[in-house]
Amino acid sequence: MVKKGTWTVKKGLAEMLKGGVIMDVTTPEQAKIAEEAGACAVMALERVPADIRAAGGVARMADPTIILQIMEAVTIPVMAKARIGHFVEAQILESLGVDYIDESEVLTPADESFHIDKNAFNVPFVCGARNLGEALRRIGEGAAMIRTKGEPGTGNVVEAVRHMRMVMGEIRRVQNLPVEELMTAAKDMGAPYELLKQVAELGRLPVVNFAAGGIATPADAALMMQLGCDGIFVGSGIFKSKNPAARAKAIVVATTHYNDPKILAEVSKELGEAMPGLEIQTIAPEQRMQDRGW
Amino acid sequence: MKVGVLALQGAFREHQKMLEACGVESAQIRKPEQLDGLAGLIIPGGESTTMGKLLNEFNLFEPITRLGRDGLPIFGTCAGLILLARDIAGSAQPRLGLMDMRVERNAFGRQVDSFETDLDIAAVGKPPFQAVFIRAPYILSVGSGVEVLARYGEKIVFARQGRFLAAAFHPELTGDNRIHRYFLEKCL
Repeated sequence: MVKKGTWTVKKGLAEMLKGGVIMDVTTPEQAKIAEEAGACAVMALERVPADIRAAGGVARMADPTIILQIMEAVTIPVMAKARIGHFVEAQILESLGVDYIDESEVLTPADESFHIDKNAFNVPFVCGARNLGEALRRIGEGAAMIRTKGEPGTGNVVEAVRHMRMVMGEIRRVQNLPVEELMTAAKDMGAPYELLKQVAELGRLPVVNFAAGGIATPADAALMMQLGCDGIFVGSGIFKSKNPAARAKAIVVATTHYNDPKILAEVSKELGEAMPGLEIQTIAPEQRMQDRGW
Repeated sequence: MKVGVLALQGAFREHQKMLEACGVESAQIRKPEQLDGLAGLIIPGGESTTMGKLLNEFNLFEPITRLGRDGLPIFGTCAGLILLARDIAGSAQPRLGLMDMRVERNAFGRQVDSFETDLDIAAVGKPPFQAVFIRAPYILSVGSGVEVLARYGEKIVFARQGRFLAAAFHPELTGDNRIHRYFLEKCL
């Protein structure tokens, strides 16, 4: 008997992406540069987060033409973004054959109360989270991979660090709770009890956990890896920098050799200017992408 | 005895867990000097293009190929199978090329076509073996020195050539360590 779209198969692809870098690309040419640099997957979209932030207005799923062109251009997995709660965008992306769907706060949410029922799909989903409760709610809905939200399009790693430390800290705390306190902990963090129990037993999330949202340099990527994430998403950080091919390759090497400062020093040399950064305090609260989703 | 797991990218920790369950010490391999004193090497699933770039960047192709020719047992799963193959259909990507076989990448289609099924692997033990295929390759043809250990339909998905073992699926994602035991007992 052949079973497709099982939990093992969905979660399995994320396991294969571990220790790798997933890069945002907007054209087939960029996708090829990413693949050539050693990306383990690409995220196909119309505009990188920094441009979405600059343009304002409503950001939606990319034109299928662009996604298909990118799927045609590379042999590595191709992901694409759907708006939070927009299950029809997700249906369309699944029908295109994308390998993973990111239900993403980078796009303008389509539903202010409910996320997509990701269990209803054969294609796996990745979702953003700022803390353990949010991560486990998304997994409860069927997400087979989690990433930090960070603050996309800023080139500022501070929010990704905050979210990764939060998730890891909460996991450590939950591990030390006596069993009788777990139900109250689940209630307090709004997390499904069974999943929280699993986290307490495993000492980690039951799915792969990547870092995203503000990673711009090899050192940023290695920092997130040392904080305990399984791999890296780079959005605007590569194609908004002066030398995308060199920076992409350097971030790939830094993600593999995250514990080796000599190699990190070597790959950090002569990369040209990083993307322009944004101070988080200068972003009006209603413009903060990380607060989208619940 | 220590078995290395290539840890450039991919599911290397799952293989380490399997080795641990078999009572064997493991080490993550990222640099040539870490290859010293290994009893065997596992090349995990992941992206074969990514691993190929990093193998190249850190000068690992030459020593692994040499050690393999000198008799180091190597087990490759999925991307690892691709890297072990002499011939990759439609691709000039770098490889170790230690096994006399021709393989096809992403041969079952994209992620929506990824699947799990049960296989019969008589050489290893009693069926069933849970086999997880993720954007998997398969083996199109093998040379005379290669023993076919399992097929899915007509397609070759598990093969051995002396001390080299290659699986198109992911035994490390299941709770069944019989295939890892087979590698440790027959290839080492």
